[in-house]
Amino acid sequence: MADMIRTEDLTFTYPGGEDTEPTLALGGVTLTIERGSFVVVLGHNGSGKSTLAKTFNAVLLPSGGAVWVDGMDTKDEALLLEVRRRVGMVFQNPDNQIVANVVEEDVAFAPENLGVATEEIRRRVDAALGDVGMEEFMLHAPHLLSGGQKQRVAIAGVIAMEPECIVLDEATAMLDPIGRREVLEAIERLHREKNITVVLITHHMNEAEHADRVLVMNDGKLVMDGTPRAVFARAEELMAIGLAVPDTVALLRALRAGGMDVPADAVTVDECADIICREFAERGR
Amino acid sequence: MEDIIRVEDLTHTYSAGTPFCRNAVEHMDLSIRRGEFLGVIGHTGSGKSTLIQHLNGLLKPTEGRILLDGKDIWAEPKQIRSVRFRVGLVFQYPEYQLFEETVYKDIAFGPTNMGLSRAEVDARVRAAARFAGLSEALLDKSPFALSGGQKRRVAIAGVIAMEPEVLVLDEPTAGLDPQGREELLAHIRAYHKERGNTVVLVSHSMEEIARNVDRIVVLAHARVLMEGTPRAVFARGAELMQAGLDVPQVTRVAMALRDRGLAIDPAVYTVEELAAALLALRKGGAAC
Repeated sequence: MADMIRTEDLTFTYPGGEDTEPTLALGGVTLTIERGSFVVVLGHNGSGKSTLAKTFNAVLLPSGGAVWVDGMDTKDEALLLEVRRRVGMVFQNPDNQIVANVVEEDVAFAPENLGVATEEIRRRVDAALGDVGMEEFMLHAPHLLSGGQKQRVAIAGVIAMEPECIVLDEATAMLDPIGRREVLEAIERLHREKNITVVLITHHMNEAEHADRVLVMNDGKLVMDGTPRAVFARAEELMAIGLAVPDTVALLRALRAGGMDVPADAVTVDECADIICREFAERGR
Repeated sequence: MEDIIRVEDLTHTYSAGTPFCRNAVEHMDLSIRRGEFLGVIGHTGSGKSTLIQHLNGLLKPTEGRILLDGKDIWAEPKQIRSVRFRVGLVFQYPEYQLFEETVYKDIAFGPTNMGLSRAEVDARVRAAARFAGLSEALLDKSPFALSGGQKRRVAIAGVIAMEPEVLVLDEPTAGLDPQGREELLAHIRAYHKERGNTVVLVSHSMEEIARNVDRIVVLAHARVLMEGTPRAVFARGAELMQAGLDVPQVTRVAMALRDRGLAIDPAVYTVEELAAALLALRKGGAAC
């Protein structure tokens, strides 16, 4: 069983209100998220990326088509708890996800609800806070933490359920650069050390450098699917749908336009510098 | 250029006399020049928000003074309201502060409170909406029916409608997607250019600051760490990174190229500049 999540011709329509028409947010998405992969989903506001994410643990149920989590159809109400146990979700606003007055109680909230035994909860809370580097804040009040720290507590709360997959819905959008780095490092460690499948929804192009695969959503459809390098090599198409490319890619494109023979697909600063140096070295020979 | 605002030896202490006593701003000196587009950067806890809340008198200095046009804003505490009309502050996530039934009423709230005539309020609402990129058709809508990016522009229009001499924006693009960010900044740039009013942009994004402002003030640990043109500030990339700040990705590429032996000016901070510098070097036959 290689598939963590699979969707087939998934559609989702938000119901209309008194004066509003129903909105088609997902217009037939078919994709597979492999177990143990790190997938970044890009798209501008309104592209459907958050709606897609919310179908991954049955916060939203398909209007048409289907979503399977670990082979379980999310529409099957009897399996709801099992689906949520496998796929945990972290949302954008850290202040909306914290429920307790003490960090450790907040992290214990979900396993308590799952009926986990007390000693086991203790073990999981300690381990989860360690996983996100927040063990020293165990007895702190969550509302006094920084945004990055709050999001790491929220992630610990998800980890304490021991999920196989974590979906982060713009979880870094409200954070400053340091907070963003803290959260991404915590996520990368969980992926690397625990082999947790990660689905990171973002519009920070630079965050895609962490991914093995990038999905691009536009207008409710999946429009690109590939490695970060392959996706960013399609700069014109990305810009046409309101996304930017990382400055490394923009720089290499400008150099190409100026006549230098460089590939325009570097995602990290070091890759970009290496590509430029290689070109300089080859010419010098 | 003359100063519109001077911050003189400003110190602000939170929770004085308790165990949580902390100086959020310490002996800070700073000038804001009339008509400039100033960028303020600094990580969370560096004192940015505390500083800007002093600029229109929302916070009172524990020590030091804030001069607006050479006059201490606290000289006559009863007049502090007029300072708030002259220095307009847009908070983070201002869309959470919308409350009126229609976009029009929300934008009109500030100018109406200033005691302006209906006709003047109307003219200002329409002009402010245009500056913020909101179409006339949106004015009769409920602000709560708008998208996040539109709501934010309504909140900014509400402050612009007061026609402040100094417009201070705290993280105006936080949480917007790249297109929404660029659109909003283009509107702010156009406002600055057309009105010639002073704009202070507080941001975490070095790219955003680099592309928009004339001058940068960098705050760290409750003090001013650096100030100068973007070029002068980003030339000190290593120091910025030490202070826990990011530098633009392009500056990091330039730093990485210097480490690899290329003679690149460390002060480049835009894609266009670095590309031009590299193409010139290559013509000159440089190598890594």
